[in-house]
Amino acid sequence: MNYNWNWSVLFEPEYFGWLISGLGWTISVALCAWVIALVVGSLVGVGRTLPNRLVSTLCTAYVELFRNIPLLVQMFIWYFAVPEMVPEEAGRWMKRDMPQPEFTTAVVALGLYTASRVAEQVRAGIETVPHGLKSAATAQGMSIAQVYRYVLLPISFRLIVPPMTSEFLTVFKNSSLALTIGLLELTAQSQQIAEYTFQSFEAYTAATVIYVLIALCATVIMSLLERQTRIPGYSGKEN
Amino acid sequence: MTLKPTRRILAAAAIAIGLSPAALQAQDLTGTLAKISEAGEIVIGHRESSVPFAYLNDNQEPVGYSIDLCMKIVDEVEKTIGKDVNIRYVPVNPKTRIALMANGTIDLECGSTTNNLTRQQQVEYLPTTFVTGTKILTRKDSGITSVSDLDGKAIALAQGTTNERAIKAAVEAQGLDVKILPVRDHAEGMLSLETDRVDAYSTDHILLFGLIAKSKTPEEFAVVGDFLSFDPYALMVPRDDSAFELVGKTALANVFRSGEIKEIYAKWFDPLGVPADPLLQAAFRLGALPE
Repeated sequence: MNYNWNWSVLFEPEYFGWLISGLGWTISVALCAWVIALVVGSLVGVGRTLPNRLVSTLCTAYVELFRNIPLLVQMFIWYFAVPEMVPEEAGRWMKRDMPQPEFTTAVVALGLYTASRVAEQVRAGIETVPHGLKSAATAQGMSIAQVYRYVLLPISFRLIVPPMTSEFLTVFKNSSLALTIGLLELTAQSQQIAEYTFQSFEAYTAATVIYVLIALCATVIMSLLERQTRIPGYSGKEN
Repeated sequence: MTLKPTRRILAAAAIAIGLSPAALQAQDLTGTLAKISEAGEIVIGHRESSVPFAYLNDNQEPVGYSIDLCMKIVDEVEKTIGKDVNIRYVPVNPKTRIALMANGTIDLECGSTTNNLTRQQQVEYLPTTFVTGTKILTRKDSGITSVSDLDGKAIALAQGTTNERAIKAAVEAQGLDVKILPVRDHAEGMLSLETDRVDAYSTDHILLFGLIAKSKTPEEFAVVGDFLSFDPYALMVPRDDSAFELVGKTALANVFRSGEIKEIYAKWFDPLGVPADPLLQAAFRLGALPE
């Protein structure tokens, strides 16, 4: 391999600035999408377990639709196809006047996709709660809303913290697909550094290290949360 | 049997001539040529939407001007190593082409790559096969006729191209407020323009004509402005491998010298109505080195 290594390009102010700005976009996209994913995912996940047939069917349809289409395709659909399907005025607004069109589209696409995965975790959590508890709560005269509010959700949300950690990590990694619709996040910026300097291996190594650091931070935060929320006697390890 | 000195010399010469091709094969193959000979295949990196240089035809096969020239090089390679080789195509884009060449994935890049000195730190180029420069593609009714008209408008630029830098530099020099949308390749840039996401797309002017020709409504688009950069195209080969480079240069020199280049040029550029520029004709002349 004929390659001239030069690690110092990464620390030139211009390129270092690109990496920092890319990191900023990556974190913003991931966190905003995560908020959407948590809200929509919780609603859909709860919806799938409700006794109402119509609601649970709709929620199941949502999960199957968003979970089974590759995220990259969804990004393209939101970015290129949706503005053509809505009325012309709205389409033009989406393409030109919407604040940060690439960022907004990426957040919506990633958020709704991740929501389908979160919904599955929420549903699994609710279904893990022993059936007797639900029956007991109903026997106490609680309404469905009360059963969810006071019994099912407090237990299930604490149960699903560990699987949610990996969803949380995935949202950071999936945010890199936003580069395909022109958002200059971390991966895109490292590509750009590679293009300007032709030091591609150094640039991608920098991106790799930064992604690993993000993942480590997220893991630490989530494991602290896990320790706080663990229900004694429910999950495997005791400490 | 004893030979007279003159006869001895003649015999030695005959042996030398007779043996030379075999001897050449056995000892002289190094670097990329040795790799190709050993693997029995040459890996060609090609673009997928650089009309008419290298793009996918209706059967999804790579075709184009650069591909035709590369085939001449493949013939020359076969002649040099003395056996037929398979061709394996690897699609590349502006972001991957340099890295894939530098790390040895592809042996030869056939697309529309500008030869510049920064890139030569990582790869080597064969003689210039086309000369072009950056221009702007826009809708005829957009009112854009030069870079300064882009103020307050949006333009798509393919990441990693020399055009991206040329436009950014011009925009910066004139202090304009232009929204820049980074796209991956020409197809996506054109899609952004066709769906009105941006007002303009920019790349080398010859490629812009190709994009217009391939679009569904060619009459709506126009190429405007002055040349914003000088982009001599060349086929890319690995760096520090003069033996392989020589094979490429030889193949191109033969094509240039024999005038075959005129047919190849006409085949791909006449449909676009782009005659060979005097500068390009000079480049062909200069590349036509004698044997």
